[in-house]
Amino acid sequence: MAAAISASENGVKDILLLERDQYLGGILNQCIHTGFGLEYFKEVLTGPEYADRFIKKIKKAPDIEVSLKSFVVRLVKDRTLTYLKPGGMYTVRPRALIMATGCREKTREMIHIPGTRPAGVFSAGLAQKLINIEGLLPGKEVVIIGSGDIGLIMARRFTLEGAKVKAILEIQPNTRGLIRNVVQCVEDFDIPIYFNHKVLRVDGKDRVEKVTVARTDEKMNEVPGTSFSIGCDTVLISVGLIPENEMIEMAGVAIDKRTNSPVSKEVNRTSMPGVFVCGNSFKVYDVVDRVTSDSELAGKMAAEYLRV
Amino acid sequence: MITISTDPVLPTRSTGLVISTYQGYSMNKMMICIECPKGCSLSVDYENCKVVKVEGAKCPKGTGYAISEIECPSRILTATVVAKGLDLKLIPVRTNKPIPKKDIFRAMEEIAKLKVTEPLQAGDTVVENFLGLGVKLIATREATC
Repeated sequence: MAAAISASENGVKDILLLERDQYLGGILNQCIHTGFGLEYFKEVLTGPEYADRFIKKIKKAPDIEVSLKSFVVRLVKDRTLTYLKPGGMYTVRPRALIMATGCREKTREMIHIPGTRPAGVFSAGLAQKLINIEGLLPGKEVVIIGSGDIGLIMARRFTLEGAKVKAILEIQPNTRGLIRNVVQCVEDFDIPIYFNHKVLRVDGKDRVEKVTVARTDEKMNEVPGTSFSIGCDTVLISVGLIPENEMIEMAGVAIDKRTNSPVSKEVNRTSMPGVFVCGNSFKVYDVVDRVTSDSELAGKMAAEYLRV
Repeated sequence: MITISTDPVLPTRSTGLVISTYQGYSMNKMMICIECPKGCSLSVDYENCKVVKVEGAKCPKGTGYAISEIECPSRILTATVVAKGLDLKLIPVRTNKPIPKKDIFRAMEEIAKLKVTEPLQAGDTVVENFLGLGVKLIATREATC
C-alpha cells in the first residue's frame, strides 16, 4: 500500500494493487498488539490501526485500483502476470512491477525436531491468526520454541486468553526478539524463558503430550544429563522468517539461496529491470515503520523507472 | 531482569501477572524502557514508591515510563471482542490509555462478555469509562455488515 501510494504521489497514473486476501492490510490485521507507527506516525498504534491509515489513503487515491481475492499464479520474464480472482483468470502486463509479498515463517521441519507427528504443533503466526482473526484458542498448555517477536507476543496473548505458557525455549544465550517484548510479554506475566536450551523431541500420539529439552553448550550441542520433559498440548514454533520470492524467482530474478532475498546491491532493486521488491520480501524488517519508508522508496524508484 | 533459568527442573510457579510493589524501599532499579523498539536501559533511583532520578533515557518518554513503572505500572491492553452479524468474526480492541497492570485480567474477563453488533470504524468507542478506570475501550479495525 505504501509503495502504491508513493508511486501515485510520484506521478504514476495507472496503478493496480493485487491482494490475495479479502481485506487490505496483510499480516497487520492479525497483529492486534501495539508498537506500530512510533517512527512513522510518532504515535503508538496497533497493527490494524496502522493498516487502516493506509487503507484510507488508498481509497482516496484515484489512480490506484484495488483488486482483492486476486491470487497471482504466474509471472514471466516480460512481466506478464496471471492472476485468479472469483469470476475468472486475468492477465496484465505492467511496465513496472513492485512485489510486496512479505515473508513466511520457518516451520518445525526446517529446524529438524525429532519425535512423533501429533496435532498441536503450530507456527506462532498461525496461532496468532487462529486467536485474533478466527477466535479459536489452539491449546491450553503451551511450549514456545524460539524467542522471536511473534513467539513472545503469542506467549502474552495465550496467557491473556487463559492458557498457560509453560516455557519459552531459546537455543541462543539471548532473545531473537525485541527486548521490549521480553519485558512486556514475558516478564510481566512471569513466563519461564530458558536460554541455551534446545528441544530434543516432540512427543504425543494424536495430540502433543510433551516436549523433551536439554541445556546446550556454546556449540549448541546438548549437555549430557541435563534433559527434562515439559508436559503440554501445544507447541509453537517461532524461529524466524523467510522472504517470499518464489514468484519472481520463477520469472528469472536472481535470488540469494541463503536468505531467499533478491540478489541486489541496492534496496528494493532486483536483477530484472522494472521488477522491484519491497518490505519483508526484500529483507525481514524488525519494525513496520521501516517497511513503510523503504516501500515508499520502491514506489518512487518504480516511478523513476517509468520515466526513463 | 530477564529470568535466565538453567535449572533442569521446571520451576513450579503460576503464570499470574507480576506486579512489583516497591513500597518501603529506597533503592536503585535497572529497567528496560518499552516505549519504543530502541529499548533504553534505565537506571532508576526511588524512595518509598516515588522516583527521584532516572538515568539512561534517550528521550523524555523513558523518564515517564520509569515513573509509571515504579509508581503505578500500567500497559495498553489489546484484545478482541466477539462480533455478530458483521464481516469480521472478531473486532480487535484496545484501551485508549494504559491501564494498571493489576486490572488486566479483570479487564480480559469483562472483554469476554462483550459483543459488537453494529458496524464501526477504527477508533470508535466500544465501551466508555471501561471498568470505571476513566479509559475507553476502542475498536482498532473497521467492521461492516
